[in-house]
Amino acid sequence: MLRIETISKTYSDGTHALEDVSLRVGPGEILAIVGGSGCGKTTLLRLIAGLDSATQGRILVDDETISAPHPAVGIVFQEPRLLPWLRVEDNIGFGIADLPATERRDRIAHALDRVGLAGYAKRWPRELSGGQQQRVAIARAFVARPAVLLLDEPFSALDAFTRASLHEHLLRLWEETKPTIVMVTHDVDEAVTLADRVVVMRPRPGRVFETTWVQLERPRDKLALGFEKAKRRVLGALDRSLRPETKPPEGVATEAAASY
Amino acid sequence: MSQTSIALTDEGVPAPSSRRSVGRGRLLMAAGLVLPVALAVFWEWAAASGLFQMRLMPPPSRVWDTMAALAARGELTHHVLATLYRVFAGFAIGALAGTLIGAFAGSSEAVRRLIDPSLQALRAVPSIAWVPLFILWLGIFETSKIALIAVGVFFPVYLGVGGSIANIDRKLIEVGQVFRLSRLALARRVMLPAVLPDWIISLRSGLGLGFMFVVAAEFMGASEGLGYLLIDGQQMGKPDQIIGAIVAFALLGKACDTLLLIVTRPLLAWQDTARGTL
Repeated sequence: MLRIETISKTYSDGTHALEDVSLRVGPGEILAIVGGSGCGKTTLLRLIAGLDSATQGRILVDDETISAPHPAVGIVFQEPRLLPWLRVEDNIGFGIADLPATERRDRIAHALDRVGLAGYAKRWPRELSGGQQQRVAIARAFVARPAVLLLDEPFSALDAFTRASLHEHLLRLWEETKPTIVMVTHDVDEAVTLADRVVVMRPRPGRVFETTWVQLERPRDKLALGFEKAKRRVLGALDRSLRPETKPPEGVATEAAASY
Repeated sequence: MSQTSIALTDEGVPAPSSRRSVGRGRLLMAAGLVLPVALAVFWEWAAASGLFQMRLMPPPSRVWDTMAALAARGELTHHVLATLYRVFAGFAIGALAGTLIGAFAGSSEAVRRLIDPSLQALRAVPSIAWVPLFILWLGIFETSKIALIAVGVFFPVYLGVGGSIANIDRKLIEVGQVFRLSRLALARRVMLPAVLPDWIISLRSGLGLGFMFVVAAEFMGASEGLGYLLIDGQQMGKPDQIIGAIVAFALLGKACDTLLLIVTRPLLAWQDTARGTL
């Protein structure tokens, strides 16, 4: 269980990145955050990861306050950020060096298999394509078995086909340990494909604008009517969030509306 | 999901083949010999035909004879070892100090602001300027020579290490932080490997400068070493010995550099560069 309680963040240069953001994400839930640039979505992830500290409010993972990187929280960045001097297997095992060797080996082999890179254990990162590198990064986050996994636009640099296959790899890994996932994306299609709930944030300063529940069976059929409806709802919210400010609907507004 | 049938489209870039054909490799290595051999043949011919004055520009065969005679008496080995000892002792001290101080300066802004301007100023001092001072302080024997070489090696290593640490990708450091590495583990598992390529390059240029400085050191009154052979050749009017010593310097320097390259190659197997051809 991840609780974000009235978080505000102002950077030292005066940038007001987040204002009074509160969210609760249940165990095993996949939450997607979408929003225009400057809506503080990456800042929010960095706060949850413990890489930055909030100006106000607090973040709790299973009742523990996050003030620094926490073992229960993992993150996949926008870029793979693999260590170029480690082979693929050692990159995946980077965060579980403390585990017994056999356990470590098993987890690495299993994760490699799950992301479809079983034969690539001994390769160098430079020998992999961008999509393969990002799969290694996802595997690296998963082997540490985090209770909360953060994804910061991890598929944004990839082409549509690669992205679709990575969605599958992600869901396959997620089904095993069912971590809570908070993902930031600018791709509404991706958000509706993966998430149980899509939060649209409004920029400058970043605030929660509107929430849409996506209660569709996985794997999701992109051609189904419900998928299309959910997508339109999110797109509509996104559109409104970028308009000059009139009166925003209060905090978490329309969640009742979307059950299909 | 409608995408389930889509095959993975991001097939890996094929690994670059590490085994170039051996014959081609030999040929490329031989290419480096073309120039010196052609020069030697031309020189030999020019000397034999009277184009060059034999006394001042002895042909390669004369140089070879002189050096062979020196070698037969065991003197050449003696001089080479003396020079190598000085270079390695100075290199070890200079590289160690450069690495440590560079690491401090690179990892702390405060230390950098404190010491870097002074070191940069000292770096601008010509090497020969240190000679009188070192002789006064450390005497005319080995200590002053090794100190001079160490000074020469120190600066490129200091610059390389300091700059490299300051430039480590913050994003990779964050990966270490996310997995809660201690400061020590972060240094060992992220910063050290990240700095390694630049460190090795700085060691190579340090070693090169070590060979430059050893000559300056041996000019300040040595009774052995290749630098002594140079001075001795000048004073005794033996150009063949001077040229022989110069060639020996070239060969030794190249050999040491290659050795350093071979020793460090396994450390950098992960790099995606054209380093192998340098």
